[in-house]
Amino acid sequence: MGRYFAIRIGRAALTIVLVVTFAFVVLRLSGDPALMILGPEAPPEVLAAFRKAWGLDDPIWFQYLDYFGAIAKGELGRSMRDGRPAIELVLERIPATLALTLPAFAFKVALGIPAGIYAALHRGSGIDRAVMTTAVAGFTVPSFVLALVLVLVFAVQLGWLPSGGQDSWRHAILPIATLSLGGAAVLARFTRSAMLEVLGQPYIRTASAKGVPWRKVVTSHALPNAAIPTITILGFMVGTLIAGAVVVESVFAWPGVGRLLVVAVANRDLAVVQCILLLVAMTMVTSNLIVDFLYGFLDPRLRTKGAHA
Amino acid sequence: MAPLVSIAGLSVAFSGVPVLRGVDLALGKGEAVGLVGESGSGKSVTWLAALGLLPRHAQVTGSVRLDGRELLGAPAGELDRVRGGRIAMIFQDPASALNPVLTIRKQLCEALALHRDLSGNAVKAEARRLLDLVGIPDAARRLEAYPHEFSGGQIQRIMIAMALAGNPDLLIADEPTTALDATIQAQILELLSTVRRELGMAMVLISHDLGVVAENCDRVAVMYAGRIVEEAPSNQLFADPVHPYAQGLIGALPPLDGPRRRLTAIPGTVPDPAHMPDGCAFAPRCALAAEPCGLAVPSLAPIANDRTVACIRAEASRRALLGIAAE
Repeated sequence: MGRYFAIRIGRAALTIVLVVTFAFVVLRLSGDPALMILGPEAPPEVLAAFRKAWGLDDPIWFQYLDYFGAIAKGELGRSMRDGRPAIELVLERIPATLALTLPAFAFKVALGIPAGIYAALHRGSGIDRAVMTTAVAGFTVPSFVLALVLVLVFAVQLGWLPSGGQDSWRHAILPIATLSLGGAAVLARFTRSAMLEVLGQPYIRTASAKGVPWRKVVTSHALPNAAIPTITILGFMVGTLIAGAVVVESVFAWPGVGRLLVVAVANRDLAVVQCILLLVAMTMVTSNLIVDFLYGFLDPRLRTKGAHA
Repeated sequence: MAPLVSIAGLSVAFSGVPVLRGVDLALGKGEAVGLVGESGSGKSVTWLAALGLLPRHAQVTGSVRLDGRELLGAPAGELDRVRGGRIAMIFQDPASALNPVLTIRKQLCEALALHRDLSGNAVKAEARRLLDLVGIPDAARRLEAYPHEFSGGQIQRIMIAMALAGNPDLLIADEPTTALDATIQAQILELLSTVRRELGMAMVLISHDLGVVAENCDRVAVMYAGRIVEEAPSNQLFADPVHPYAQGLIGALPPLDGPRRRLTAIPGTVPDPAHMPDGCAFAPRCALAAEPCGLAVPSLAPIANDRTVACIRAEASRRALLGIAAE
């Protein structure tokens, strides 16, 4: 068990280093921050001074080591636009993003899992087909299309809800709906196929054959087994809580981390982008670790395998 | 004596394709009956249908009575009391027959709680006793283990313990030893016949292994393409099979004593359930087949005491042989 987790924690750390390195390289290869921030009209000596001030004229390997050294000391750099610490800029946007992603996560779970279970238990019925058609539509339609359709219907045509901004709770309804529908669709499909897989297993028939009422066969024999694959997708969703709303925040002009990321990438505001990516990598990796831990908790076969490994 | 279970005209179809085509079988208290036939002949389906364990889309017709009470279409609550409580069933594949995320104790005690008036420590004591009974050593500790910590043979023992938990009158053993090593097979069959003797329980042994059935059953029913084609006391069936299919099955077995002879194989293959031949389903493979065989499905008719066969040709030859006037 201990080794099972030691290996996973080591892998998690490696993942973070790789993500940060990748972001570092790509950002530096894809454009000159000095030009982006000061504009093409800026005089060469101003550009040179800017590059010098931010260490952009150092060799790239030096910048890289410098960057990692700073991270090790807990310094994530400053925004090139207003000189504030990047971490501060990012942290102050997190509550706005969570105000969308947390309720959306709750709706995804509350809608998607029961719909998937119901569809599996009534396989082939009209309701199953309806759930699956909705689910396919829900995750094939990209979120920006869904967002625009919702805006068109509820903001433009019906005039019930605002189309963007963050002034009241009513402004959050359409972004949350956009996020929830797509996620619920994915979850419903996953849950349904996980349930169908489990319901076809011989041990379900064994439980019925010993006289366990069907409702209890479902709750105490099928669900705990179907939970194992479903947890994977849930973990992935938890991993996207911080930066999973980039598109939706952009469409609805919601001032969260996602929009900060879009603006920072456009400006090559290196420290801010790197800070967000580091945060995203860390939430993703943490939620994956939690999933691995839950696997061990839910599936006794992994538990003993881990102990012997 | 009234039969414990009587099955009449039991038919099953999956989306219009018949897989069971009118099975009649009766079973007395404490009796051991073997059900033999190739895969797909309907041996397992017969009992899954009787217990309402087939998927919802299976169309089941006919009648299955337990002590005179109809089981087909019985309310769910009544079926739940019958399953495990009156008729228990164990299955072929021990690796997946138990729920992998629940301990043996949970799965065994669940059956005890459902069918026996036991509570608290009495349940656990009974679970230990059952594991002892089926020969799982160190029962108290092993109760807390998960299925993957046992071997296939041990799982099958645990399945038997679980089946015994409800004190059933009938145990359906569906190919209980097919997935096990030969040495373990013998142990499991030994265990089954011991518990059956001790508890006076009836048993249906579903198998494609004629030897297993011959040794463990009083009576044998041979199934072919969704019907019973011959039924007889074990010793008589093996000594003197009447239906050409039963003759074929037994001819394919190597004799234990006597001179070595070439083993015979039954030519052809089992017909596709979606395209059954008219009349006798075995006729296309049968050496004795004649024109009338293709006209009507032969019904199971008595040819001697305790013996029935569904074959117009064998019946005629048998009647002539026994000197019974054709009626």
